[in-house]
Amino acid sequence: MKYVAPSSVEEATSLLSTSPSAQVFAGATDVVPQLRAGRPAPEVLVDLKKIEELVSVANDGDKWTVGAATPTANLTEDEAFSEEFPGLAEAAGLIGSDQIQNRSSLGGNLCNGSPAADSVPAMVVNGARAVVAGPNGTRVLDVAEVVTGPGQLALEADEFIVEFEIDRIPARTGDAYLRMIPRTEMDIAVVGAGARVTLAEDGSIEQAALALAAVAPTCVRVPDAEAALVGKTANDEILSAVAAAASEACDPIDDKRGTVAYRRQVAGVLAKRAVLIAIERAEQRNGTN
Amino acid sequence: MARTHVTTVVNGDETEFLTEDSTSLLNALRDEVGLTGAKEGCGTGDCGACSVMVDDKVTCACLVFAPEVDGSTILTVEGLADSGELHPLQQCFLEGAALQCGICTPGFLISAKALLDRNPDPTETEIRYALAGNLCRCTGYDKIIRAVQEAAREMRGQ
Repeated sequence: MKYVAPSSVEEATSLLSTSPSAQVFAGATDVVPQLRAGRPAPEVLVDLKKIEELVSVANDGDKWTVGAATPTANLTEDEAFSEEFPGLAEAAGLIGSDQIQNRSSLGGNLCNGSPAADSVPAMVVNGARAVVAGPNGTRVLDVAEVVTGPGQLALEADEFIVEFEIDRIPARTGDAYLRMIPRTEMDIAVVGAGARVTLAEDGSIEQAALALAAVAPTCVRVPDAEAALVGKTANDEILSAVAAAASEACDPIDDKRGTVAYRRQVAGVLAKRAVLIAIERAEQRNGTN
Repeated sequence: MARTHVTTVVNGDETEFLTEDSTSLLNALRDEVGLTGAKEGCGTGDCGACSVMVDDKVTCACLVFAPEVDGSTILTVEGLADSGELHPLQQCFLEGAALQCGICTPGFLISAKALLDRNPDPTETEIRYALAGNLCRCTGYDKIIRAVQEAAREMRGQ
């Protein structure tokens, strides 16, 4: 296995096009355990962290751009970002220990293709886009389109994500992410729920997004819950409909972390709670940012 | 395969070594540099026994490929003591019996130092979260938490 650390996106894409068995990595927090578990080693390991734009957090006034290999610690320590997207910052901050946070990245969390990836529902509800580089230049995919199944991506072998774009959060909008694990740190989501809500001036819900982790082969949106919220003011009846829609959207597995029935039930509970937090945050952000 | 030449600063000393690209920083430190303080517990980033600081950030040396640290500054447990005088964390771990078998201790010391570098007066909860990536199967953690609190007090001059 040969290690290379290109210093530009072009250098990296050309390496990937010419090396049939090359794999990109950022923090290697998933790659190393997979190699140690017996996954065949690539001939070339391409370290993306030495490419400047892959390790940066920037705001150009209209949108945030987060380099795909940026350590999640950099994101959670960015006060302006965390204040604007507390749900996404919390989701990114839930991935592993401090040791992991200094290595793990949004790009890695997404491209590992785990259904339980914490940052993915939080990116999806915020409408995050992935800027993908390949031999023919770049293309933009919605984050929701990137993972097609467990470990399966809509990227070609010679493509990789350069950065994520997230539009500045509108007024009266809040996001939230909650996950259930059997302990408070260092475990993988049994269920994760990301929500984002935009309120109209009269306080009713203008837009809503809800996405779940760890309950289906990929992160799933819950359009029925979103429809139940839009145009309404949240009350017990509507929140029950949100919970029911979330449970219904699940297609979970039974494993040591939880049964199908348990995951369905918890998905409903977390969906409801995440929506309530998002509403509370939207109410606090009454002006423009 | 040709071995890669890596130049680093380890515990304040410029250090060069040759390594296979697939070798972890942990194995390079132990086998090429001769610093055996960092330990391999799990090899998958779960236990924290291999915690070191790379460019002032605590990380699991088992998850880092050795060639990645070319040009970086590394701190291992061997670099904590200053001219033969133990670091307050080391002294407080000793005095508070915050270790039994000792395998996890180098990792705990480095993680605790990383915490106190950025937060000289952490709450117990903050300490517990900062050390969540370090597993100890002997002590039950309480003595470790108390030792970190005591060292933090001393380092603040209280």
